[in-house]
This record gives sequence, structure tokens and C-alpha cells, in this order.
Amino acid sequence: MNCKALIRELSAYLDGELGSETLTEIEIHLERCQDCRVIVDTTRKTIQIYYNTQPLPLPEDVRQRLHQALKSRLSRRPSV
Amino acid sequence: MSSPEPKRLPSTIVRDDESGLVSLAKNGDLGAFDELVNRYERRIFRLAMNITQNREDAEDATQDAFLKSFQHLPEFQGGSRFYTWLVRIAVNEALMRLRRRRPNVTSLDEPVETDDDLMPRQIQDWAPTPEQRYQTTELNSILSDAIAELDPIFRTVFVLRDVEQLSTEETAEALGISVPAVKSRLLRGRLRLREKLARYFQQGKPS
Repeated sequence: MNCKALIRELSAYLDGELGSETLTEIEIHLERCQDCRVIVDTTRKTIQIYYNTQPLPLPEDVRQRLHQALKSRLSRRPSV
Repeated sequence: MSSPEPKRLPSTIVRDDESGLVSLAKNGDLGAFDELVNRYERRIFRLAMNITQNREDAEDATQDAFLKSFQHLPEFQGGSRFYTWLVRIAVNEALMRLRRRRPNVTSLDEPVETDDDLMPRQIQDWAPTPEQRYQTTELNSILSDAIAELDPIFRTVFVLRDVEQLSTEETAEALGISVPAVKSRLLRGRLRLREKLARYFQQGKPS
């Protein structure tokens, strides 16, 4: 496996979706390729950083407008 | 900062689970639906902001997503999670507004790209916990700026898979595209974000 082939499989590798044969090829390549180790590691960090972000609280004015709109629109809805 | 806990509803909800709330809401229980809104409004707003990159559009998309989900609740069969179903509606609302505002740059067709476009340019390692160099506000600003610079077709897939944690299949269903297309766009989205974040997180980079 070369670097280009590894990049093509990068998402599947990080998501744990690869079969054992491809997985072994990737691990052999990673042992001898510092650049690909950096790419794998920093892509994993990219995903983790976004994964760890929490949604900010909804701005209070947005929240109030949302609930007002739902209240007025839904109260006009005929009951099921 | 965290928002206050939503008020408990004085209704007959005894099981604090999603399907119980959905059943009650299906029968017209507005309190149950309000509980679902409280539960998901922050995530739906974040999703809409990430897709539209416009606060006004994100507010409208969030509001309409909840209204439409309530109106169409009788059609919800329960074959998937309510949240996934709600996300699908919200994605459509957000994409509709994005296309309206930027009709020339929001084609959902697969872009013509070669494998050479995938090859990373920034190959310097990052610090072990690069995000700790920045305060939360600054980090959030870096992350949202990087996402905003992504092409919408990569941004949308990345947000659904890696931020909202939908599966590949759920993402494909929400966007009306194939599973291979989701995988291809996710890879490109991740690699491009990595390049953008490298500007901030590389080792030796002064904070």
C-alpha cells in the first residue's frame, strides 16, 4: 500500500470499518511512513475536537421567538 | 455557561423516553412536544447554523423544522429515531434557505475531483491536545470559521456524521444521496478541515 491508497481508506480506517486484510496493510504502511502517521493522527484529532464541542445554548431571544411561534401556530392546529 | 434545565411538565409523562413523548405528541399533547423541542432545539439550531452559515436563516429553519415535524408527526412511523427524522426535516429546511441565498454555489452534484485533490499539504504534527491552547470562545470561533470555509456539500455531510453523530446510512437518507457519496464527501470534508485547523494547531505554532 502506498500513501495515496492509505488516504483513500483513511475515513474507513478511523471509523473502524475496514476488513482485516486492508487493516494490516495500513498498519504495515504506518509503521514505516511518518507523514501518514501524522495525517492519520491529525485527522483523528480534527474529528475528536468537533465531536467534543457542545452546542452553545440557544440565544435567549431566538429561543423565545421559537417557542412563541410554536405556541401560536400549534394552538391553531386542530386536535388529532 | 449552561442554559437552565427545562421545566418539568405537569403532564402524565411517566417514562422520560423519546418514544413515549412522541406517542403523546402524536395524540396532540403540546406539552410532550414542547419537551421534545426543549430536548433538541440547541442541536437543531447548531445544525442549521452549520449548514446555512446565516443566523436569520438558521432561526427560520429551526422554527419551521419543529413546526413541520409536529404537523407531520402522524406520518412518523417510528422505524427510525425521532431525532433522526427531525434532523432530516431540519436539513431540508436549512438547505432550501442556503440554496435560496447562494444558488450558484450549492449544487449537490458530486464535484469532479481526482485522488490528487485528496493529498494533504500540511504534514507537520500537532501538539497532543492542541485545543487546550485556546479559550473556549476562541476555539469555537476557529472551529466554526473552518467549517464555514468548507464547500456546502462537504460541510453538510461532515456536520451530520461527525458533529450530529448520524450513521452513514442515516446521513445518506437525510440528504437523499448514496452511501458511497456520503463516504467520499466525508473523507474530503475531514481532510479539508484538517488542513484548515493545521494553521492553528501545528506544533510550535504560537498561541
